[in-house]
Amino acid sequence: MQYIPNILFLIALIAGIGYFTKNIRKLIRNIKLGQEVDASNHKAERWSNVVRIALGQSKMVVRPVAGLLHIIVYVGFIVINIEVLEIIIDGLFGTHRIFSGMGVVYDYLIATFEILALLVLVGVIFFWTRRNIQKIRRFWAREMKGWPKNDANYILYFEMVLMVLFLTMNAADLQLQRIGADHYTQAGMFPVSQYIVPLLEGFSESTLILIERTAWWLHILGILVFLNYLYFSKHLHIILAFPNVYFGKVVPKGKFKNLESVTNEVKLMMDPNADPFAAPAEGTEAPAKFGASDVMDLNQIQLLNAYTCTECGRCTSECPANLTGKKLSPRKIMMDTRDRLEEVGKNIKANGEFKPDGKQLLDDYILREELWACTTCNACVEACPVSIDPLSIIMDMRQYLVMEQSAAPQELNVAMTNIENNGAPWPYNQMDRLNWKNE
Amino acid sequence: MSEPIKVPTMAEYMAQGKQPEVLFWVGCAGSFDDRAKKITKAFVKLLHNAKVDFAVLGTEESCTGDPAKRAGNEFLFQMQAMGNIEVLNAYEVKKIVTACPHCFNTIKNEYPELGGSYEVIHHTQFLKDLLVEGRLRVEGGKFKGKRITFHDPCYLGRANGEYEAPRELLEKLEVELVEMRRCKSRGLCCGAGGAQMFKEAEPGDKEVNIERTEEAIETQPDIIAAGCPFCNTMLTDGVKGKEKEGDIQVLDVAEMIANAEDL
Repeated sequence: MQYIPNILFLIALIAGIGYFTKNIRKLIRNIKLGQEVDASNHKAERWSNVVRIALGQSKMVVRPVAGLLHIIVYVGFIVINIEVLEIIIDGLFGTHRIFSGMGVVYDYLIATFEILALLVLVGVIFFWTRRNIQKIRRFWAREMKGWPKNDANYILYFEMVLMVLFLTMNAADLQLQRIGADHYTQAGMFPVSQYIVPLLEGFSESTLILIERTAWWLHILGILVFLNYLYFSKHLHIILAFPNVYFGKVVPKGKFKNLESVTNEVKLMMDPNADPFAAPAEGTEAPAKFGASDVMDLNQIQLLNAYTCTECGRCTSECPANLTGKKLSPRKIMMDTRDRLEEVGKNIKANGEFKPDGKQLLDDYILREELWACTTCNACVEACPVSIDPLSIIMDMRQYLVMEQSAAPQELNVAMTNIENNGAPWPYNQMDRLNWKNE
Repeated sequence: MSEPIKVPTMAEYMAQGKQPEVLFWVGCAGSFDDRAKKITKAFVKLLHNAKVDFAVLGTEESCTGDPAKRAGNEFLFQMQAMGNIEVLNAYEVKKIVTACPHCFNTIKNEYPELGGSYEVIHHTQFLKDLLVEGRLRVEGGKFKGKRITFHDPCYLGRANGEYEAPRELLEKLEVELVEMRRCKSRGLCCGAGGAQMFKEAEPGDKEVNIERTEEAIETQPDIIAAGCPFCNTMLTDGVKGKEKEGDIQVLDVAEMIANAEDL
């Protein structure tokens, strides 16, 4: 009978980690639906980006208030997770504060956790206020209605509850230590929860144990639930930010990729020795499609980008099109991509393979009007704290519209015809190109 | 109008069996747009003044393909690119300077994979180099003490990380440089990039160039300095739209340097 808590704990742990693993596999499978992309170059720069941008949060502090609050929550999250290790060992083996043998080090460790927990709590309350009271514009954009707005708040509530449980657990523990309860070793330093202790004075030992155990169990179960909430939430960024930054763009932002399939065709066209009637060489096949109209046409990094997006909206708040009332929102491009990818994933799960559902990313999620409003200015790419590139998706979809559907806006067709015929986007003769020197 | 300026072409150089120090890529706007042609001429005056041995392609130059690529027409872009690369390689061009950040970006970043590798520099970078080498003297002249705000072209700034060269030139003009709220890596686009120059904007509640011009006007400048012919057009239109053309001029950095000395 005495091992029942340990067994229950083991079951919860296995279930929590097991379900999370299952969803991560699903995520990887979905990302692999995208086109393969070679990112084996620039290794040193990629690692340096991970250190600076992901670990070092260098882009977060471009906005100092949000940046500072975020760093507090981020550091708190990472450091307090050391405590989770102790909780897991205690839970599995029925020990209590197994690390307390570290003596003074342990005291300072617990003190650090407590201070960070308080800071995280304060930070999260600030975040909540910015969203719900201050109503900062980027959190109230069109694409943030419904689930995205609730998701953001659920995350904040989760973190608040977890921190309160952690501090309550410590307060009850401290009081139990003070009254000399069995099993509650004298250990730790409690600079924050000591102020909660007065609320617990007068409670009997058994009530205190009940409070301590309840907080302990809810805290660890809460962490496991939160872990499993990630896959369904924008909060996935706490894991994916790292690989995403690694795979982020490492060439100048102005360099857009050249389509190799087009290069081969253009070279053939311009080669005076090429035989126009020759059969295509063995092994060369025409590309299935130019550009992207659905998530499978995008590459794997773009799909990873979509899962990484935490919908902070810094991109959208810097987008010239969005700022002037156009429908384009780079954040929505990322959210739509993820939503469609999830839909495709579910389709595959239900049918064994993807069964056409009469829908696609273009038109059913992302409107042409959004795509054509982009000035390719790279403000969204620059603004993203985790190196997401919404512009590359916009460009791939424009390529599909123009090269597969000839569906460019009329004025652009005129400009392109001019380029083709006169070598300039305006209807001037190429032979007049040097006239300016005589004017 | 004024007397013709001496602008040698690559073909003329080749006929003499010579190579210029640098090729000046004029670009479509610089060749055909009335406003941008003034920038082209100002830059050519500076090149002459600094005794730079340069040439242009003239009628052999063609659109780099930037607007086509950014409109999604990769095919047309690569046709243009390969045509240009063929010409540039035939002349064995090593170094290219251009006053258009779009041409600059495309040739610098997107041509190498298609077989065209050159040292490509923006005219503000080139002018700065001339200054450092002591070939060009820049003094305040008539802009001394004037309030100037510089609008970062997206394809020079964010796209290629060059924020300082134009500012260093402006500082040499002894102007009072004031920054807009959104500047350098966070600079707001003028609204012309991504082929927007050639189409109407999507429905919204404001034009991008008006938003940017209003921000520039907030700094109460005498002059809005630009480094891109398209930004120049957008901001000039914006200033007109705000009926401020009597108070605020929109000038390219090269024009300012040339005008400072009344070249």
